[in-house]
Amino acid sequence: MTDIAKLDARSGTPSMTHLRAGDAVEVTGRLLTLRDASAARLARAIDSGDRLPVWLDGQILYAVGPSPAKPDQIIGSAGPTTTARMARYFPTLFAAGVRAVIGKGELHGDEMAPFTAHGVVYFAAIGGLGALLAKHITAATVIAFEELGPEALYALDVEAFPVVTIIDMAGRNFHEDARARWRRHTP
Amino acid sequence: MSSVRDLDVGAVRDALSHLLVDVNYNIPPDVLDALRAAVVREESPLARRTLEQIVRNYEVAAIDQVPVCQDSGMTVVLLEVGQDVHFVGGSLHEAIFEGIRQGTSRGYLRQSVTGDPTRLLKMAGEQAPGVIHIELVAGDGVQLTVASKGFGGENMSALRMLVPADGVAGVRDVVVETVDRAGANACPPLIVGVGVGGTFETAALLAKRAALRPITLRHPRPDIRELEADLLDRVNALGIGAQGLGGVVTALAVNVEVAPTHIAGLPVAVNLNCHSTRRATIAL
Repeated sequence: MTDIAKLDARSGTPSMTHLRAGDAVEVTGRLLTLRDASAARLARAIDSGDRLPVWLDGQILYAVGPSPAKPDQIIGSAGPTTTARMARYFPTLFAAGVRAVIGKGELHGDEMAPFTAHGVVYFAAIGGLGALLAKHITAATVIAFEELGPEALYALDVEAFPVVTIIDMAGRNFHEDARARWRRHTP
Repeated sequence: MSSVRDLDVGAVRDALSHLLVDVNYNIPPDVLDALRAAVVREESPLARRTLEQIVRNYEVAAIDQVPVCQDSGMTVVLLEVGQDVHFVGGSLHEAIFEGIRQGTSRGYLRQSVTGDPTRLLKMAGEQAPGVIHIELVAGDGVQLTVASKGFGGENMSALRMLVPADGVAGVRDVVVETVDRAGANACPPLIVGVGVGGTFETAALLAKRAALRPITLRHPRPDIRELEADLLDRVNALGIGAQGLGGVVTALAVNVEVAPTHIAGLPVAVNLNCHSTRRATIAL
């Protein structure tokens, strides 16, 4: 395995052209959260030409709906949710300038197409790592759709947030490569 | 004649409320042991590192007393109620729902249930924040099982109505295809619950019970045990690995439950549990 690449998003969008599918990466900087309900609202606002509550150009989205924070916590458990559920909104969100998505699970065919079309990178965080990943979040602020509860749109500051590059800018899909490599034939 | 045992529904409410928090903070020892064993067995470096992180997550959650996963799921309550039990002190259903509400609030668990499945923008699941299955059995005991079922695995589960000619090979294909289609989305390494037989709805419930069976317990019937071992080998041969990053450990166990069915049918249900399998059983 290669060393862990660092992605610093603290001042502007970092270049991601050097990342290859399968690379382990640690992300530091600002993420915007995305959920089924908030994605639907953002896409609807874009489609109807309404003013967005947040600037999407250059942003990294993180598919997550955190659990409530305990009194001494910045945020509750905050692991990734399944990205594919929100795939139908990606063409609209990516046209607005989104540069990367962090989530979990696989994207194929029509779900993957907007990534290659817009040069957007897909990273997977480890699903079910809610307690551990919350420790990499240093600030959490609701910036829109507060009434959606866990599906509200948060701005998160993260530090050395561990992910794996799944779809790189060359359009390679690591899940497909990995499965093919490890598949074993049974009688 | 046997006497009737009175049981206050408040006891069910309180037990459920505590158990719900406990299962969300502490992964069952059998699952944790299997994950630790998987770290040793996994051949892919990336998948091994992922399994190590998963184990670390459960250690951190138990020490910090926080939910292992932000998706504390939909609460599934399975009650085995002795027919000589008489519930007193109010509605049993309402006590169960109140126990779920109290546990969710006290444990800082995410309220993830919507009252309106076709319009997900509305968050209003308070009227029924969980699913209840009650089975009447002999005696005067009550066994309470609670599971927090995340929807990563639930969404990738499947039910197929096969025909007798499909046989065991057909069952095998449904299980392997379901896990293959689920890929990384169901959060492997999985616990695969398979229900064979019954009717359309009982096959699904059998699969749920199978998915909640401790993974150290194998089926008492030797032929079903053999099927479980064969299915586990086939599922692991898919190469999906932890989180779909490629590897030899896609599932920790395949648990199969069977029931009598009609001579014209062969229902097969596959219920997938992510590695965050949260369940516990107590007697009341």
